[in-house]
Amino acid sequence: MEKGKKPVSKDIKHEYPIRGMDFVAAGEASSNIKHTLQLIGFAPAIIRRAAIAAYESEMNIVIHATEGTLKTTISPERIEIIAADTGPGIPDIELAMREGYSTAPDHIREMGFGAGMGLPNIKNVSDEFTLDSTFGKGTTLKVVIYNQ
Amino acid sequence: MKLSETIGELEAEVKCCESSLDRDVSWCYCSDLLSDVMANAKKDSIWITLQTHPNIVAVASLLGLSAILVSRGAEPDPETIAKAVQENIPVLTTKLPTFEAAGRLYNLLNG
Ligand SMILES: Nc1ncnc2c1ncn2[C@@H]1O[C@H](COP(=O)(O)OP(=O)(O)OP(=O)(O)O)[C@@H](O)[C@H]1O
Ligand SMILES: [Mg+2]
Repeated sequence: MEKGKKPVSKDIKHEYPIRGMDFVAAGEASSNIKHTLQLIGFAPAIIRRAAIAAYESEMNIVIHATEGTLKTTISPERIEIIAADTGPGIPDIELAMREGYSTAPDHIREMGFGAGMGLPNIKNVSDEFTLDSTFGKGTTLKVVIYNQ
Repeated sequence: MKLSETIGELEAEVKCCESSLDRDVSWCYCSDLLSDVMANAKKDSIWITLQTHPNIVAVASLLGLSAILVSRGAEPDPETIAKAVQENIPVLTTKLPTFEAAGRLYNLLNG
């Protein structure tokens, strides 16, 4: 590398702000991510997995947190999605990962959310899955899907 | 089978995207739980549901579903139709309850 030049990354990076309880905009970040992956030309099966991970993590911010972001880093080899929010955080991650466990209130369940399937769905479609949370602070979920 | 060929049997009213009724329908999924649909509905399916809020359009669009059929006489929200037009997802309604609509569609797709 030439002196003084920064390494050029070919990764495509995007960042999408997510607002809590905005059910009309909810899903738009995931939809944008899907379109980007389609434009790049990923296989439909890979796009489906990424769309599921993006949607479920986006909805978890919309429903369970007040605000956050979805950040994607896309390269020919891998799709990385980081969903981060500023709280309230998850007190018991093991419990939250259990299929069927949900703290969604009744009015949210009436909308068809709160089956307690979102996090297990994300885990099922991802090659790497890291969920970190500090109760009172916030949650960060990192998902990687390999292009193979 | 084309979406347009299912309308009569489903006694469906087309709420939007009339110009997209030529899309293929190969299967169907019935559920009112969005994460369940997300995990299990296959591309080119009709999704039968009682949910009427705009987020159903996001789910249908992300999965590449053919259409949303809102059953048992439920009415989709105006925001849902607006979003469906934007995303080009046909939204249909029927007076039939989910079981009957699904049964008719099953017979059509296997006929
Ligand atoms: N970003 C988050 N912030 C705070 N709590 C969260 C967050 N994501 C998940 N949780 C907690 O983990 C639980 C399980 O999440 P999961 O996505 O599996 O189910 P759900 O969102 O409740 O229902 P579904 O995803 O099926 O609509 C939630 O009910 C909530 O208590
Ligand atoms: Mg969830």
